[in-house]
Amino acid sequence: MDIIANHGTILLIMACAFGFFMAWGVGANDVANAMGTSVGSGALTLKQAIIIAIIFEFAGAYLAGGAVTETIRKGIVDAELLSQNPEQLVYGMMAALLAAGTWLLIATHFGWPVSTTHSIVGAIVGFAAVGISIEAVKWGKVGTIVASWVVSPVTAGIFAYLIYRSVQKLVLDTADPFKNAKKYVPMYIFLVGFVIAMVTLTKGLKHIGLHFSFGQSVLISIGFGVLAYIVGLVLQRRVKVNEQADRDYHFSSVEKVFGILMMFTACAMAFAHGSNDVANAVGPLAAVVGVISSAGAVAQKSAMPAWILLLGAGGIVAGLVMYGHKVIATVGNNITELTPSRGFAATLAAASTVVFASGTGLPISTTHTLVGAVLGVGMARGLAALNLRVIGTIFISWIVTLPAGALLAIIFFFLFKGIFG
Amino acid sequence: MVSNPIMQMFARSPFGPIQEHITKSQECARGLEPFFLAVVEQDWDSAEKAQHKIAILEGEADSMKREIRLHLPSSIFLPVPRTDLLELVRMQDKIANKAKDIAGLMLGRKMTFPEVLRTEMVEFLGLALKTSEQAVTAMQELDELVTSGFRGREVDLVERLINELDDLEHNTDEQERKVRGILFEVEDDLNPIDVMFLYRIIDWVGDLANRAQQVGSRLQILVAR
Repeated sequence: MDIIANHGTILLIMACAFGFFMAWGVGANDVANAMGTSVGSGALTLKQAIIIAIIFEFAGAYLAGGAVTETIRKGIVDAELLSQNPEQLVYGMMAALLAAGTWLLIATHFGWPVSTTHSIVGAIVGFAAVGISIEAVKWGKVGTIVASWVVSPVTAGIFAYLIYRSVQKLVLDTADPFKNAKKYVPMYIFLVGFVIAMVTLTKGLKHIGLHFSFGQSVLISIGFGVLAYIVGLVLQRRVKVNEQADRDYHFSSVEKVFGILMMFTACAMAFAHGSNDVANAVGPLAAVVGVISSAGAVAQKSAMPAWILLLGAGGIVAGLVMYGHKVIATVGNNITELTPSRGFAATLAAASTVVFASGTGLPISTTHTLVGAVLGVGMARGLAALNLRVIGTIFISWIVTLPAGALLAIIFFFLFKGIFG
Repeated sequence: MVSNPIMQMFARSPFGPIQEHITKSQECARGLEPFFLAVVEQDWDSAEKAQHKIAILEGEADSMKREIRLHLPSSIFLPVPRTDLLELVRMQDKIANKAKDIAGLMLGRKMTFPEVLRTEMVEFLGLALKTSEQAVTAMQELDELVTSGFRGREVDLVERLINELDDLEHNTDEQERKVRGILFEVEDDLNPIDVMFLYRIIDWVGDLANRAQQVGSRLQILVAR
């Protein structure tokens, strides 16, 4: 207990710094995968993408990031076992943050595939299992999380397949694709607004003190959907048929209509990404703050202060503004194959899956979910050529990242223990 | 950045290069027009220049074909079977090959057309080239087919183009019979070896159209699944 009392402030400042660093890393790297698709499709300029990312990453992190943060904070480690020496939890969570952040830097430097989610989960499991005891890990919950890493890309893939098939049926394979695009695109926009609002309202908002009944949530979500629908209609009026461009590629004007839809799914994607990935940075921080603010008690009940989510959201935006825009440009320039009609199917499917996982409190990889969604569009025979080796890369990134995060966390854990006693 | 999975998963699309390849093959075949005119004029300097141009274009088409093959490893996921695409490219390439063969043989033997055959022969070539041009037109729909997932109305449009292609090939066949008939009438008055090779050239010009039709039927296989 003395350690917390004596070094509480310095530990808190360090944890905040590590958490901010991690959030910065998420903003600098991961956001690009969420936003790059929209830039690559030509639906958004780089500048628009960054503005959307700033607003919606922040909103997602703050409004819907609570549940996953709770999972990272106390879903993986059984804090009951640590009530005698809570400082171990503090060291461990700080070690996990530092380990995941360090691994992120190393892997990015060497160009290895890496997922922030996987490194933080690996790190937490690592310090808990080795530094404390095997029983300190809630293996059941960890199993659920690992299962969700397989389920989420598959789910997103199925969604994306169905969405793209519906686009083919309703718009592309019809006599007048342009007219039908104008007819159905606003409906898809409604769907985007409704789904995102619905999941957020039913699952996310408890942390900022808003409670809605299911019925209220439905009504408010419909409201959001209709609002998006109207905005979409207004934007869509400006899109005219360009006969010159259509001669070369018949769907040029149609893609312009889908470009508007893509703006909305880009917002949804940024929101989803913020809601899930902010937890990788602030979950451990929340655990540290919980212990320190209750002066040593391993408080399982205390609510998480909102400023923690704000700190994480701020870190993501800082990373995005300082470095992430370059990565978005790189990704965007390399995936021009994903036109708006395909890109929206992939991003809507991925965003819905991620937001749902966020609401359920499951930390998943946004990037892998998006990969699954793009493969889904490919399965609908909508993409020219996909490199299936990427699936192998993802599995390798799991196999490497989990032990690497764990190992680094164990080292840092014993290091902190040695420094602070 | 190398390992970014989102970027990594998008392989180079083969469809654009395949469209460029048939355009190149057609350009090569079209080189036969000035070549035939030079032959009719017995202007062997111009003929040689025209043949040279055909040979260069054929070489370019060849290396494009190789590029396409190199970028289609079996790990790539395509909306249509990879083997069908490779077969399609092979057929496209054969148009250019045949054009080069025709020009090469005619130049090598300094062949001329008998007076009675000249206009019919030039017309025959024109029809064959029109057929291969139609194959190019049909192939231009490939990118739209990818977007619509090789289904629906785009398929109907392509089938219509392929039907037109078949009609054009049929017209070329008719003309081939006519040219052969004319040659048959006069063959006794000509050098037998020359006649033999003339029949071969007639055959090969017909092949241009046949191969264009083959491209069409390969395309049909792609949309028929």
